[in-house]
Amino acid sequence: MRYLLAIPALAALAALPMVFGDYGTGLLVGLAGYVTLVTSWAMFSGPTRYISLATVAFFGVGAYTVAVLNEVLPYPLVLLCAAGIGATMALLVGLSTLRLAGIYFVIFSFGLAELVRQLITWFEVNVTGTLGRYIFLDLEAKHIYWQLLALGAATLVLSAWIRRSRLGLALRVIGDDETVAAHSGINLARTKLVLFVVSATIITLVGAIQAPRWVYVEPSIVFNPTVSFLTVIMALLGGATRLWGPLCGAVPLFLLFEWLSARFPDHFSILLGLMFMAVVYALPDGVLAAIEKVRHRGNGTSATKPAKEASA
Amino acid sequence: MSVLLETQGLTKRFGGLTAVNGVSLTVRRGEVLGLLGPNGSGKTTLMNLISGALKSSEGALLINGKDMTGSAPHRIAKAGVARTFQLVKILPSLTLEENVMVPAAFGPEGLWGRALKVQVAECLDMVGLTSRAGQQASELTYIDQKRLELARALASAPKLLLLDEWLAGLNPTELHEGIRLIRELEQTGITIIMVEHIMDAVRALCPRCAVMNSGTLIADGPTVEVLSDPHVVAAYLGEEDA
Repeated sequence: MRYLLAIPALAALAALPMVFGDYGTGLLVGLAGYVTLVTSWAMFSGPTRYISLATVAFFGVGAYTVAVLNEVLPYPLVLLCAAGIGATMALLVGLSTLRLAGIYFVIFSFGLAELVRQLITWFEVNVTGTLGRYIFLDLEAKHIYWQLLALGAATLVLSAWIRRSRLGLALRVIGDDETVAAHSGINLARTKLVLFVVSATIITLVGAIQAPRWVYVEPSIVFNPTVSFLTVIMALLGGATRLWGPLCGAVPLFLLFEWLSARFPDHFSILLGLMFMAVVYALPDGVLAAIEKVRHRGNGTSATKPAKEASA
Repeated sequence: MSVLLETQGLTKRFGGLTAVNGVSLTVRRGEVLGLLGPNGSGKTTLMNLISGALKSSEGALLINGKDMTGSAPHRIAKAGVARTFQLVKILPSLTLEENVMVPAAFGPEGLWGRALKVQVAECLDMVGLTSRAGQQASELTYIDQKRLELARALASAPKLLLLDEWLAGLNPTELHEGIRLIRELEQTGITIIMVEHIMDAVRALCPRCAVMNSGTLIADGPTVEVLSDPHVVAAYLGEEDA
């Protein structure tokens, strides 16, 4: 029954561009993009607790693939190429870094985005001799929004499926204790790698689908580290271990940041930093967990229930 | 009885320190072997070599006749070896049920769905934690954490169970209960290697004992004989008192 409700909900979401004007549809594109980014980020980083700051590395590669190939290949093939490149990059990065624990992984993932950006800049300047490319695709904002909506819905379905599968259980065990995981028969390297690749491929696709919005693309635009940080803070606000957590974090924060960057363009970074600290201090497990806690205090029931619900 | 585990000259060096030095040990199916020795004699390192947590510097490890030298821990777990840890390790954010589910789902049997539920219920029942199945593991007391760890180790229906000081830190009542639990296990025909310092427990549970000192095996045989062996007494108490 709940699955049937998803159809009219999706239809309603798809009809939104007809209601809103151009500005509203632009907002919807950003919103759908971030919901998908955060949901796919949380797919890997939520249960494993490997905080990745590499989001924009994949996002940017997706956008750049479209910029390079949009005049050579038909659009669906361009997207396929982007997904392939993202997956291959994630495989190589994953193989070499998923042995790193905790803070080392965080730092590496942050460095990766910068590395990719510098590599592309170097290549464009020295080999192709152009820095900056144009994307001329006959896609309106609403078309982009529909694609992101479809990708976002697919990501949520995939995420829900993984949570119920063996793979989902394996990831949560890895997040709790890698030693126990290994001695219970879980192949650590393979499990982490599979999820990292799936998550990174979706992130790459988000970048690829959003690229036509820019029209003009250069590395400093598409490899903006703010994307990585926003993704993390949105996931933390909503709760990275819950299915709907990323959505609950992405929607309010995206709208808030949209407003802040229009209202206080010069102080945006400071406000972003303050927000980051506030979320980590006040809501370490996310807003959904906090709501549950408050509700339970009201009912006077034991504290064991949230854990069960989180796993359901 | 056929041989389940065989180590041939197993050696582990950490830099200049040889923690385990040429240990050759044969354990038959259904045997319960006590592994004794003073602190730092290499017992836990040997357990880590057998479970794959550490890779040996030299020597061979055969499980069920198959050469598993240098295998990753998840492969050894899949071959039917389960373990508990010297410092109890539970999965704190998972429920008790989920804790026990893990090796049943990923171990040699690879259960899922109904069969998994049945297996998990059986293991929780064996250690008396059924009524708390839905609770989060972080809420358990120390003894219940130990119980949970044992239930988790059993969930994969292991051929070989490695218990690393599983009885340590229990009060007399809990110890009594712990010994009863392990004896129940013995009756199921499972093979056990247990590192243990509590001599009463060793006498009660292990027909056979192996003793390590400074990384080498200094005695191996029936428990009564081993415990009265002058070399063993000397290793524990020092030459003077022996």
